[in-house]
This record gives sequence, C-alpha cells and structure tokens, in this order.
Amino acid sequence: MPYIPHTPDDVQVMLDAIGVARIEDLFDEIPAHLKAGALEKLPDGLTEMEVTALMSARARQDEGAVCFIGAGAYEHHIPAAVWEVATRGEYYTAYTPYQAEASQGTLQTIYEYQSMIAHLTGMDVSNASVYDGASGLAEAVLMALRANRKSKTNRVLMPTAVHPLYRRATRDIVTNQGVTIEEVPFCNERGVTSVDALAQYAGEDYAALVIAQPNFFGCLEDVDALTDWAHANNMLVIAVVNPTSLALLKPPGEWGENGVDIVVGEGQPLGVPLSSGGPYFGFMCCKQQHVRQMPGRIIGRTVDMDGKPGFALTLQAREQHIRRSKATSNICTNQGLAMTAATIYMSLLGADGLASVAGHCHANTNLLAEKLCSINGVTRRFASSTFHEVVIELPQSANLTLKALAAKNILGGYSLAPAYGFDNAMLICATEVRTLDEIEQYAAALAEVLA
Amino acid sequence: MSNIPAELRYAKSHEWIRLEDDGTAYVGISEHAQEAMGDLVYVELPDVGAVVASSDETGVVESVKAASDIYAPVSGEIIAVNEALSDSPELVNQDCYGDGWLYQIKLSDKAELEDLLGAEDYAAQLEEDA
Amino acid sequence: MNREAQLIFDVSKAGRRAFSQAPKPVADDKLSDLPAGLRRQSKPMLPEVSELQVVRHYTNLSSKNFAIDKQFYPLGSCTMKYNPRGANRAAMLPGFLKRHPLAPESHSQGYLACLFELQEFLKEVTGMKGVSLTPMAGAQGEFAGVAMIRAYHEARNDHARTEILVPEAAHGTNPATAVMCGYKVREVPVNNNGDVDLEALKAACGPQTAGLMMTNPSTCGVFERQIEAIAKAVHESGGLLYYDGANLNAILGKVRPGDMGFDVIHMNLHKTFATPHGGGGPGAGPVGVSERLKPFLPTPIVGQDGDSYRWLSDADLPQTIGHLSAFMGNAGVLLRAYYYARALGREGMLRVGEYSSLAANYMLKRLQQVGYTAAYPERRASHEFIITLAKESKAFDVSAMDVAKRLLDYNQHAPTTYFPLLVPECLLIEPTETETKEALDEFIDAMAKILEEARENPELVKGAPYSQPVRRLDDVRAARELNLVWKPA
Repeated sequence: MPYIPHTPDDVQVMLDAIGVARIEDLFDEIPAHLKAGALEKLPDGLTEMEVTALMSARARQDEGAVCFIGAGAYEHHIPAAVWEVATRGEYYTAYTPYQAEASQGTLQTIYEYQSMIAHLTGMDVSNASVYDGASGLAEAVLMALRANRKSKTNRVLMPTAVHPLYRRATRDIVTNQGVTIEEVPFCNERGVTSVDALAQYAGEDYAALVIAQPNFFGCLEDVDALTDWAHANNMLVIAVVNPTSLALLKPPGEWGENGVDIVVGEGQPLGVPLSSGGPYFGFMCCKQQHVRQMPGRIIGRTVDMDGKPGFALTLQAREQHIRRSKATSNICTNQGLAMTAATIYMSLLGADGLASVAGHCHANTNLLAEKLCSINGVTRRFASSTFHEVVIELPQSANLTLKALAAKNILGGYSLAPAYGFDNAMLICATEVRTLDEIEQYAAALAEVLA
Repeated sequence: MSNIPAELRYAKSHEWIRLEDDGTAYVGISEHAQEAMGDLVYVELPDVGAVVASSDETGVVESVKAASDIYAPVSGEIIAVNEALSDSPELVNQDCYGDGWLYQIKLSDKAELEDLLGAEDYAAQLEEDA
Repeated sequence: MNREAQLIFDVSKAGRRAFSQAPKPVADDKLSDLPAGLRRQSKPMLPEVSELQVVRHYTNLSSKNFAIDKQFYPLGSCTMKYNPRGANRAAMLPGFLKRHPLAPESHSQGYLACLFELQEFLKEVTGMKGVSLTPMAGAQGEFAGVAMIRAYHEARNDHARTEILVPEAAHGTNPATAVMCGYKVREVPVNNNGDVDLEALKAACGPQTAGLMMTNPSTCGVFERQIEAIAKAVHESGGLLYYDGANLNAILGKVRPGDMGFDVIHMNLHKTFATPHGGGGPGAGPVGVSERLKPFLPTPIVGQDGDSYRWLSDADLPQTIGHLSAFMGNAGVLLRAYYYARALGREGMLRVGEYSSLAANYMLKRLQQVGYTAAYPERRASHEFIITLAKESKAFDVSAMDVAKRLLDYNQHAPTTYFPLLVPECLLIEPTETETKEALDEFIDAMAKILEEARENPELVKGAPYSQPVRRLDDVRAARELNLVWKPA
C-alpha cells in the first residue's frame, strides 16, 4: 500500500496489543449502515513512475506559449537557489511554528521576511503573510473598519482602477459582514483616480480609501494627493502595491504628509512561479498603532530563559485559537513556503537587483507598447505614466485578437472587455524575461492578425 | 484566597467598582481575575466620553495565552481612562485595586450598585466556581 | 553577538551583491519617463549578500526546524503524514509552473484535466454531490461553507436564521468563521464521553438556527455516535449541517460525510491528502456540498464539455458565493493532492482510515500501559486520542506543556497541547498511517521515560528543552516589547 509501512507481523502485534481481532473492529462505534462502499469511481493506484508520466504529459500540453499577460501575476526570473533551498524538507514538511524551540528556522525566516517587507513598503510592521493579494485586500478592508475608531459606518471607498478580480474577491468576502464598498470611477482619459472624482465624498463617513499603485491599468496614481485627501477626511488609506515596483517607486509609508495606514499586495513577483495562480502569498503591513488590528501570524524577537535571542509567535490573543468568535480573522496560517521563497529571493537580489528587475520590466513594456502602437490603429488607451503594464486600444475586438494570437502561441494580454466593457482594449506586460526577439515576434504576429 | 477589599462592589464577571464622593467611580478587575489571566501584555480601554450601559463591553485585557472582555459594572459615561496602562499593562498585575485601575465612570444611576456583589458574596462566588 | 541567532542583515555588507541573480542594471534614460515625484528617494534596506551567504544562511536556519522529513510529528488534528517527494516534483514541472493563471483554456487543458479529476475523486471519497477546489486553506473552506449556508437561507427568503451552533470542543476557527459570515455563535456542551449533549443541542435548535458546525470524529478524538440524531435535530429545525474536515483522515474510506447527512464540508488537503504544511502554509481547503447547495459553490470550478475542459463562469453558476482569491486558489497544492490521489487510488484510499486508526489505538493502549491516563478510556480512539496529565500536574507540578517540551529532547515533536480546552492538561496525539511501528514505539518509550522523570526529578522536566537551539522563550517580553522588524543599530 502506498506510504503505509506495516508488515503483516506489525499489524498482528498492534492488533494483539489493542485486544481486537481485526482492524475493522476499531470502527465498531460507527453505525454499520453508515459504512462506505468500495469507492468504485476511483481509479486503481499508480506507481510513482506512472503518475509522473501521466502528469508530465498533462504539463507538456500547456507548454510552449510566450506570455505577455500580467494582470496581477508576473513571470520573473527566479534564481535557482530560491526553490532549491525553500523545498528543503526542513521548510517543506514543518508545521506552523507552535513549538518555538523546535521551529527557530521558520520563525527567524519569518522575522527576516517581516523586516524586508516592512523596509520595502516603508511601513512599521508586517505580518507573516496572508493567502494572496486579493484576499489580503479583503482582510485590509475589515482591518480598517476595526482600526478607524472615528468611523461609525461600515463603508469603504474603492476606485474601479483597482484590479477587478481584487474588487470582486473583496466584495465576496466582506459583504457577509454588512460592509458597503462604494466604487469611485477613474478618469477616462488618464486611467487614474482623481481627487476631483473623490470630492463628492468629502466630509462623509467612510472608514478607508483604497489606492492601487500602479493601478490595474499599469498607470501611476497621484498617491500623495489621494493619501492627503483621505486623511483630511478622517479616512484611513489602504495601499495596494506591486512589490517589484517598490524598488523604483515611492513606498506607501512615504505617501503624502503622513504615509498610508495599511499596505497589502500580491507577493508572487518576489520569487514565486506563476503556477496557475497559486500558491502565492499576500503581504500585509501597517503603522505600529494598528498592529493589534492586523490579522494573521506575527513573529517577534525575544530572548529565552538563559537570555539568548530567539523568535516566537506573538500577539496571539488576536487570533482565532484564543479569541474564537472575537478574533481579528478566522485565518490560521500564512503562506509559509511561498513567503520563505520570497525571503530568499529578496536576499539574493537586494535593493539594487530588485531595481534592475523593475527597470527592465518598465523598459521592456515601454518597448513592447511602442512596437505595438507602431501598427496602424493601435494606440495607448490612457495618457499617463505607467510602470510595467500598459492598456492598448485595438481597431477590433480584444477577445478575438487574443484568440488569434493564442493560435500563434502568443498569450498577448488580458482583455478589458469583461470587467470594463472596453471591447477593444487589452492590458499588456513584458517583464525582464521577455527578449527583444519575443517582443518583435509579438508585434509581427499582431500586425498579421490585424491585417 | 485572593484579596477582596471589603469596601468595593463586584460584578460576577470579576470587575470591581469604587464609588467616590463626587458621584464618579473607578473600575478595575479583581485580584482573582488578574491572577487567572497571568502576566498582562495589553489592555484595551474604552473611549473617553463613551456612554455605556451596564454589562456592555468596555475593553479587553490580554495575556500571552488569553484575552478577556471587560464589562461595564454599571451604566454611565466614561470620564477618564488609565493612560499608564498602554505602556505598563503589568500595573494591573502589580496593583489591581490601586495603580492598575482601568477607567473612571460617571454613574447614571447609583441604584445599579445594589445589583452588584459585596465582598462576601463575591468571595462566595469564587468559592463556588473553584 | 551570538552567531547562532545571526540575522541575514548581520552578514550584510554595503556594496556586496549576488551579481548573477539579477539582470544587468538598466540605463537611467530608460526610466526617465517615471515622474520624479513618484520615485523612491532612498533604497529599501534589503541585505547586501553573496549567493553563497544566502544559501548557507537559509540552509543553516532550516536545520533548526523539526520536520516530518526528520522527526516523528504526532500533532493531533494536524495529520502530519509523509509528503511524497514525487508529488512535489510533478507539481513543479515547467508546464505547470509557467502557466499563467489567466492563460486561455486552449493552453490549459492539461492543468484543467487534473483539477477536474480531483474534483470527481473528492466527491467520491466524501459522498458529496459537488466540489469546488478554490478555498486556499481550511479556514477559507469554512468561510465558503458557512457563506453557502447563508446564501441558501437567503435564497429561500428565510432571514430569521442568525445563529450558528458549535460544540464547545470545536476548533477556534469555527466560531471565528461564523462571525466573518455575519452570524452569532452559540456553543453546545459536550458530555463526559466526548459526544455532543444531544438534549442541549435539541434545546438550542430553532427557527434562528442557520446551521451546526462540527467535526466527526470530534476534536475529542472519538467518533460522534449520535451523528444521525444530531443531523435530524438540526435538519428538522431548518438548519444545515457543516462538516469540518480536520479529522477526515480518520474515516477516509470507512464513512463518508455525505452519507452521515452533512450538507457541506471542507477538506484540508494539507492533512488528508499529504500536501506539505510548509512551515504554516500554503494549504488548500476544497469544499464539498449536497445537491441543494450546489448552486452556491465558490468559483472557479472546472467543467467538462465532451473531450475538453473549461472554467465554469457566473453564467453557469449565477448564485455562486463568488471568488475567494484573485485566481484559482492554491493551484500547486491541488496538483500535489491530485498526485497523491492517483498514487493511492481506490485500494490505497480505503486503507488510510484503517491504518491511521490502527496506529492511534495501538499508541493509546501502550501509553495507558506505561501509566498515562486516557481522557476517554471507554472509547475507541479515532486516528487520534487524548491523554490528560491532570493527575501528574497535581502530584508533581509537571504540566502537559512541560511534557511536550521534554519530548523535544528525545527528538520527538510534541503532540498538540491544551486542545480541546475542555480536557485539562491534555495532549492530543495523532500518529498517522505512514509511521512505522518502530517509530511509534520510540515515542512511547520516550513518554514512559518522561513519566519516570516527572516522578523522580520534576525540575528536569519543567526546565526542558535542553537540546534545542534555544530554551523556553519569554513570550511576555515578546508581546510587551514588540520587536517585529529588524532595524540597523
């Protein structure tokens, strides 16, 4: 039997020790008519060689295309050491570090992660990560409602320039608690959220304003003005940021006069493969004063009984295993392994390496946009500075164009038709791994499709 | 047996209250409660100015392994909180009936004090719970 | 500075880099279109270290962890079974790793096929009628499950149901989840045999009852014998029955939640389906439902059209409770679980509950023989069981925590301590089906020695552990003097 080590002798000795004749007797407390049948719909078991062959064939089916899709998940170079080390059994097969003395490896890694992410975002503190960027935004919204004691309503302002899939997950997670998400439109020419659009909400009671930088369209928001506006109106600010971009862009801790209150984002660009959407990790940071409202695991540095430095879970009284129905969230885990990979990635790249990655992504995407926009009828949709994604407008349906490109093994971008009703617009991205050849190949293929 | 000062009134949920001459009162948690919690690491207090009804939640005391709500023993308006606790929650462990007080409340109805336990009855309740 | 606890920041030196890991710097003029006011003014404080330094640092750190690959890890309710290496290799095949989550279905058929089959396998082993794989952890599975219960009642215009019932022994996530879904929580007592107090449950059920959340076998490590009566009571009041799959390993192949009357369940693939715990995640918490809850399943779900697979959309599931993540949840974890399901197949799946229960009952009997007290001596163990050290705690002032810490010195990971809360000084022990009898015996021998030590030299046990990188940590200081982020001195 796969993974069951007992010999017939072992089984007999164990049964004798228990004092039963057969294994089946161990289930004599279960009403007989409830017992399961033979699970006939399950296939026969396979050997490692057989499952590997089966899954290799399946994996190969999905290979071969060149990817220009970003939209929240980005193909970056991942140094070999990242996953070689992260999948060591000591990280891969350890549990949540409840027994601190036997988990110092995991605990110290998380502490280092918290430090790096806090420095990257310019915030005071970080947790050990949450599930992903989108669910992290939902947690941030709930956190802001707890943290903003001036606000008496359950309302939050959310620009529609925030990733549509993040807005959707946030809405689906928070509405059960009676939270209202008020959507703020973006400027149709520039693709950004303007303070003018917010004016109608001035003086009203909202717990927080969400600001994405870059926003879903890749455009750069005027984050200083937005942050100050929100604070002037007694709202907290939740920043949604791309971690790669923070090597070049002003960190949320420095936005406006006082910096933002909560930062979340998708950690995947930091050394985690695309892997069909997961496992990724959401990072979450905040100002010191809000730390007790933060959900999830948090690690603190302390000393042991001999005065030796060490690390332990802290602020656990916020969590479900102590607070039960009054916990800050029902979350019990972090995305430990992905977070470990990110810690190794950030160490390997350092500030300069990460800035190189960000710089190449920016330059490559600009180059791609330029090449595509040299095709007749293709233009940039918005007149704004962008980081590493650009919305382009086509002379025909984006959905059909993407389908035709896919037939040529080019995944050309993400259509804006479903979320925004911009039938001819799509979001494109070329990270540092896209070569000049591939960019030119894309431009040539698009020219053919549009011809 | 833990210390239960005779001059105070007690709620079943282990808060004490001490009436002052000016009609306001101090509220804290009993020695029994502080011992059961262990070393406190954080105390969350109500907003000054908040108007509460008796048995409303008015804060939380946290130790490393537990968190416990604080309920208002009487109705009234919160007129002061013990600011020292934000840096030194251990004051509650060290001196729960003195420097470890939690907040000061202006009672809206002094008669509510009669609904609370005297020291003897509170001691009997602890005996019963043990 | 103690070298043992050196941080990666401590070995950093200005100007040092792992040069070949990042692309070559990009020329400044390529960045000139970024507005100066939005640029970063000072570099983030990330370490400046060489590739070797990084590899050595994190390899050395890893060696400070206990892990299934190194030690027996009998954590109750966590199912720390062997995580097959083959599953990891398969999930990390380039075709899977490089697939973008928004790639078109034309370039996703291999991946979708795996997910579709996994959905079907999970239906079969649980007896449920529909499955969604998308929740990213057990707690998110719980959230999805209770959100579906809410959506079901609301779709029937039954707005009076405001309360979720949970047994008092329930895991803390159950009440926390109910609140995240906008419900009040009412706890139901458990009797001295570890069963739910049926009369109290009946009294608690009413038109305000949205549902009951429970595990079976329960968190007390015993099978809930009155499950049918419980299901009847809840259903008759109009409530639904939620199965927390934390203990599914105990009954895999033996009893199916669907056959016990549960309307909705979540499974922890990182427990029952052998995907790694990764030091606290990622996990995966797929949900399964009965026929009447199928319309509310969270998306995305994989559907089949003839020979090809596609994502089911809102048009297919207009009443869905929606999306819980940006994309498809923890896809890579699902692939590892798929591998495990294929490797075990029918025959293997039927044996999981049997052999995990065999190991647990054997250990319980042997630990009783060496002098420990079972919390429920009249009951069969499920895949886990509880011993209580209430007696030892009184007699020698040695607590369950002390025993747990002393086990580390014997190179055994500690069982779950102080859960469930209603059993004083308890250890919840779960050996799983993948440990040899020799490994079980070593743990039992260590426990026997610790009991002897507790009698003869309690101070020794109370000061444990002695063999680990650190001794017991000052949790009070950690919480009072928060140090969560390294800063340069």
